[in-house]
Amino acid sequence: MKSIVPVLTIVGAIFVIWYAAAVWLNADWAYDKATRSGEELTFTTLVADTWAQKKPKLPAPHQVSAELWDTVAMKSITSKRSLVYHTWITFSATALGFMLGTLLGTLLAIGIVFNRTMDMSVMPWVIASQTIPILAIAPMIIVVLNAVGISGLLPKAMISMYLSFFPVVVGMVKGLRSPEQMQLDQMRTWHASSSQTIWKLRLPASMPFFFTSLKIAMAASLVGAIVGELPTGAVAGLGARLLAGSYYGQTIQIWSALIMAAALAAVLVGIIGLIQRITLKRMGMAQ
Amino acid sequence: MSWLIFAAIAWAFGWWVNVRLARMRPSRAVSLAAPLVFGATLIAVWEGLVRGLEISQVLLPAPSVIALRFASSMDILWVDFVQTVLKGALSGYVIGCGAAFLIAIAIDRYPFLQRGLLPVGNFVAALPVIGMAPILVMWFGFDWQSKAAVVVVMVFFPMLVNTVQGLQATDAMQRDLMRTYAADYWATLFKLRLPAAMPFVFNGLKIGTTLALIGAIVAEFFGSPVKGMGFRISTSVGQLALDLVWAEIVVAAIAGSAFYGAMSMIEKAVTFWHPSQRS
Repeated sequence: MKSIVPVLTIVGAIFVIWYAAAVWLNADWAYDKATRSGEELTFTTLVADTWAQKKPKLPAPHQVSAELWDTVAMKSITSKRSLVYHTWITFSATALGFMLGTLLGTLLAIGIVFNRTMDMSVMPWVIASQTIPILAIAPMIIVVLNAVGISGLLPKAMISMYLSFFPVVVGMVKGLRSPEQMQLDQMRTWHASSSQTIWKLRLPASMPFFFTSLKIAMAASLVGAIVGELPTGAVAGLGARLLAGSYYGQTIQIWSALIMAAALAAVLVGIIGLIQRITLKRMGMAQ
Repeated sequence: MSWLIFAAIAWAFGWWVNVRLARMRPSRAVSLAAPLVFGATLIAVWEGLVRGLEISQVLLPAPSVIALRFASSMDILWVDFVQTVLKGALSGYVIGCGAAFLIAIAIDRYPFLQRGLLPVGNFVAALPVIGMAPILVMWFGFDWQSKAAVVVVMVFFPMLVNTVQGLQATDAMQRDLMRTYAADYWATLFKLRLPAAMPFVFNGLKIGTTLALIGAIVAEFFGSPVKGMGFRISTSVGQLALDLVWAEIVVAAIAGSAFYGAMSMIEKAVTFWHPSQRS
């Protein structure tokens, strides 16, 4: 609670800097326009102009929020001009990729923990796989999968999956190995079979690690979905809005898509945080 | 058909070797050999499957074709490497990490800033920052400056959050000891808190290496001069020259791994005292 005042101060400062930067960045165009029409710009008219341009270099916050209100609340949800529609497209790819990635990551982690051969040969490649900038290959994956006849949601979800399985593997391997020797010995004195050890000790013990990884994985798979929408063929989704906006110089459209993506990320990560809190509380693991 | 059998045999043989390796006494050589064998197996299986199933070269080129293309277009790859990695990613990485490091030290002095900036920084670090790319390309033009700017934005927040966390890693006993030595703020900073923060700082630096490459390449999708890895990838996909695309990916993978490896080596040298570095 005590950090509310500092956080609000920082957020307020960001808005002040944003407005000031809008004046500074858009002033050139305002002066240009004024000299052409032979007007004299006073300070107040200059500020008013820089905050109300149609294609500003940096739109002021109120312009972005007006655009957001217009495209979110005023359009019908099924319309292609509605931002809700585009957000839904991106969300569905994100969610599918996230689920596939979590599944793949969990299976790999279980394999790595219980099979020495996999631990030695696969784990280094899991780490190496992330030094490859997968997002760079995103356009190619989309094109190739389209050529094989897979189109729509799945190609984007594959990219999300690739980005999101890694944090899950690393977190789950750590989590499944987190029970101490003493606890493992205890299971043995109870004559627990190995599947009982997994279900009753290792999996429950890994839950805090699991949820932390899920948050990172969710953020990563949203980035994957957005970049997956960039290449040709993507006509809908937040990434497509970004690309279209940059082609036509519609900065306000870019910023509103960006804010929407941020909001989506915040909501998704927030939901996982909520599930984490409830689950850990019911398991008696809440800190 | 024979290629398919080759792929199956390669897989079985590679797995058999690795199972044998895993049963051997653990040593440095074994832990190095196992992933190498696994990687070689994957490449052999890939080659066998592509040739055996007669997958079109347009969809998925065989590793041998990619290697040939890599060798024959070294000059193009080098030009792209200089433009994207050396000019775009590296300069942005240095500026972004350096700025984040200095600002983290400044924040650390003021608890008010710390309490306010950390939640905001954590929030921003989870956002799809890559979306800033089109805006920054618009501001800084098509050349490498805009790519460096994207990289700065991408590496800044992970680095900031990690450094601030690291500066808090000392415990009260250690700080009290510094006080009994009559050490002032700067002495405490340089002799105790910065060294203690190094594991966290290097965590941020390592996260930044991949982000830097991704940022520089993706930013080129929004406009670039007629060179650069992102430019080459997006135009070659259009021309269906997938072997060149894969050659670029190989370059990116090597550059990314080398960058990450270099950071890990420096980390090993700097934080030799940390438990995670002692085996």
